[in-house]
Amino acid sequence: MALSEDEVRHVARLARLALSDEEVAALAPQLSAILGYAEQVGEVAADEVVPTTHPFALADVTRPDERTPSLPREDVLAGAPAVEQDRFAVPRIVAEEG
Amino acid sequence: MAELTQLTAVELAARLAAGEVTAREAVDAHLDRIAALDGVVADGDVWAAKPAEELGADEPHAYLAVTAAAARAHADDIDARRAAGARLGPLAGVPLALKDVLTMRGAPTTCGSRMLEGWIPPYDATVTERLRAADVVVLGKTNMDEFAMGSSTENSAFGLTRNPWDLDRVPGGSSGGSATAVAGLMAPLAIGTDTGGSIRQPAALTGLVGVKPTYGTMSRYGLVAFASSLDQAGPFARTVEDAALLQSVTWGHDPRDATSVPGEVPDLLAGLKRGVAGLKVGVVRELQGEGYEPGVEAVFAEALERLAALGAEIVEVSLPHAPFGLPAYYLIAPSEASSNLARFDGVRYGLRVDAPTAEEMNAATRAAGFGPEVKRRIMIGTHALSSGYFDAYYLQASKIRTLIADDFRAAFEQVDVLVSPTSPSVAFRLGDKTADPMAMYLNDVATVPASLAGIPALSLPAGLAAAPDDPSTSLPVGLQVMAPLKRDDVMYRAAWAFEEATGFRPVPVGPRAVATHDATQEVR
Repeated sequence: MALSEDEVRHVARLARLALSDEEVAALAPQLSAILGYAEQVGEVAADEVVPTTHPFALADVTRPDERTPSLPREDVLAGAPAVEQDRFAVPRIVAEEG
Repeated sequence: MAELTQLTAVELAARLAAGEVTAREAVDAHLDRIAALDGVVADGDVWAAKPAEELGADEPHAYLAVTAAAARAHADDIDARRAAGARLGPLAGVPLALKDVLTMRGAPTTCGSRMLEGWIPPYDATVTERLRAADVVVLGKTNMDEFAMGSSTENSAFGLTRNPWDLDRVPGGSSGGSATAVAGLMAPLAIGTDTGGSIRQPAALTGLVGVKPTYGTMSRYGLVAFASSLDQAGPFARTVEDAALLQSVTWGHDPRDATSVPGEVPDLLAGLKRGVAGLKVGVVRELQGEGYEPGVEAVFAEALERLAALGAEIVEVSLPHAPFGLPAYYLIAPSEASSNLARFDGVRYGLRVDAPTAEEMNAATRAAGFGPEVKRRIMIGTHALSSGYFDAYYLQASKIRTLIADDFRAAFEQVDVLVSPTSPSVAFRLGDKTADPMAMYLNDVATVPASLAGIPALSLPAGLAAAPDDPSTSLPVGLQVMAPLKRDDVMYRAAWAFEEATGFRPVPVGPRAVATHDATQEVR
């Protein structure tokens, strides 16, 4: 299928990517070509086939419920772009009432 | 005495064990060569690679960071324990290059991305931990396509890596830095990761042995995820035995990885040298012909004759769904990538571009931090998983995965191992495929089926072919050997017999090859 520039902008919004107009213009034909190629998968009749996500079909993988030490807080926060009061700091998430 | 940097891991380990060479000397010989050749600023505890714009056309740029002080300290510690009579592992004191997608405390992990520039992980990957426990000395972190997305190592945010055979050509990818480190004699061993061919294809293009072990046998703990159902770490080496040794000390079940396969893994060394007489070798009909360079096909045909001469029985087999492997892969891998890379949101690690709201901050950070190929794959994956498309894309591709795995299962009822060319082409020129993403993706056509089925697959040097665009340049061609799930031992056995019989151990030569001899490296 061919993706329009508007569809590219919609997908970019879903993917949280602030794309420039140039990027959108370049991506529309590239994504269309890649999806056009990938759509060959539709040529295979596979309605009754069970999908695979792991070659060994592992199920319910658990570990023993034992207490183990976590990483030290300061080590984890050391790589964060912004920290406040020993926590990750983020901008406002909920918009203010107009 | 041969230069220390030219030895295989087995040869170097033997000299270390005999006390003829110290681990410190081995490490220093490699550090000297990296400093002289690779394009690093050899200064301080961790040497940084030069910025991309300052790298010369003769600098391979295998390493992003060289952990010189830690490597020397580890080597000194090994030497002290050896001198005190401690029992050490089979690779103790042998240096190694680690792909920058696996975490190691005290050194940056960037995944070749601006997104993680400067990030120092607070923990070791399981693979890193096991290397340390085996006293394999990590020299540094190697360059790669950003987040392992690419087949040429031209997608790194920190500049491309060059092929030691011809510095104007790509080393393959995404583990191109690891391949160039070993082929360029800047480490005898390396660890890479392979999602759709990212170890095997660069190994083929640089004349090395490169292995993707059975999915689930190499822990993914501390491996920054690209496509979780496909990602596997594995060895690069100059010989089959070196690779088998490295896999032996790093693989096996890890409770910290929920996709890790429980139970024992086979012994890779016990039957390694038993030969292939009586072994049934299947030639995959669908993984040859159209799209494969004539030079690659000629070397492959010769390889089949050699295997037959060794007593292997060669039969043609069919994997009817293999042609759908690449289209399925380019839905599954980007889909999983779009989900995995959602974690790079400017909150917990790496880059942040400030903006008034959280959503704007996320979007601005991701726009600035990811390069074009990563954005492309996130977009493909987001679209493929979005409402209304999931069944036709991801689900259908996952069903094709089942059909490909069934094809392999049927084939392995007839034969012990399967073979094909590893890559449809020899190393291509820098820039040749960067403008056309689809052309780049076709590099993976022969490697992706084994990835989708999870089976072990290895590439080893099979011969040299003239570059199609320059008949005066000879470049390596890889032979891919595939085996049933958890039969990595049989795969290694076939590869060892081929290597032993051909005696072919390629060393980069040619007018534009990296220098493989340096008088200052002589052991004194």
